Amino acid sequence: MTFTAIIDFTVGLMLVGAMLLMLVRLFIGPTLYDRVLAVNAFGAKIVLFLAVFALAVGRADSLDIALLYALINFVATIAILKFFSYRSLEVALDDMKPARPRDDAGEGV
Amino acid sequence: MTGADITQYFDYLFMVMLLFIGLTIIRLQNLFAVVMLTGVYSLIAAAWFVSLGAADVAITEAAVGAGISTVLLLAAMLLTAGEAKPTSAFRHWAALVVMAAAGVAVFYALGDLPVYGAADTPANTGPGMAYIERTPDEINIPNVVTAVLASYRGFDTMGEVFVVFAAGVGVALLLNLSGRGRREEDGE
Repeated sequence: MTFTAIIDFTVGLMLVGAMLLMLVRLFIGPTLYDRVLAVNAFGAKIVLFLAVFALAVGRADSLDIALLYALINFVATIAILKFFSYRSLEVALDDMKPARPRDDAGEGV
Repeated sequence: MTGADITQYFDYLFMVMLLFIGLTIIRLQNLFAVVMLTGVYSLIAAAWFVSLGAADVAITEAAVGAGISTVLLLAAMLLTAGEAKPTSAFRHWAALVVMAAAGVAVFYALGDLPVYGAADTPANTGPGMAYIERTPDEINIPNVVTAVLASYRGFDTMGEVFVVFAAGVGVALLLNLSGRGRREEDGE
């Protein structure tokens, strides 16, 4: 086991530990926005893990998948938040009126 | 210790995380948290597929599981209540009995499966090898799975696209994704 392999393995383990922390935040909540942020951060951890994994096994196609995940993660977060503000995905960005603030921080939807 | 030996420990960690997410989904009553957890479940499953070397399945899982189905579940959730009603203990136990029976059956069938990565499986000896030999000459792209799906089985894939399109139109109509024609108290 070479030195770089040990480094890759350690960084991968640390990323899995960070994923576990995100899972704890996802489990206990308590508000909608905590959970949306936790999902977004979890997707970022997955992207980083795939990049480390591509280095660890020497398979460059994992990097393409990591790029794809970064795009999907961004779009999914925007879609979730837009859906909760406007209850529709067909609202053009020009027509958006400011979302009304939720009572009790988004739990009442 | 090679790279393949290391990745199996990541596989185990991902499986443990999937198990905990599944248990939490059963326990939580807040449906929004459940939808978010299913999205994360798909993300972890996709990373696990990459770790197992199935890149095409991982891309599909990330796009469908973490992307589209999360939004569809949110749309379905807006039509119902935000909290699940607590289910009776009898239904939990009945579900556990059914799942335990299915699990025992799967473990019983496990002995007939070939060893992971074995060279003498039907997939590695039959028509699959012909695809691998012919793809560089006939299709001239590096990925054999793409060559099989898009060219050798092109009509099959076209039929699947029709089915998925029809299903998507049905789901969009059921969930009223455009938001038109909603009642006034919902739309405000």
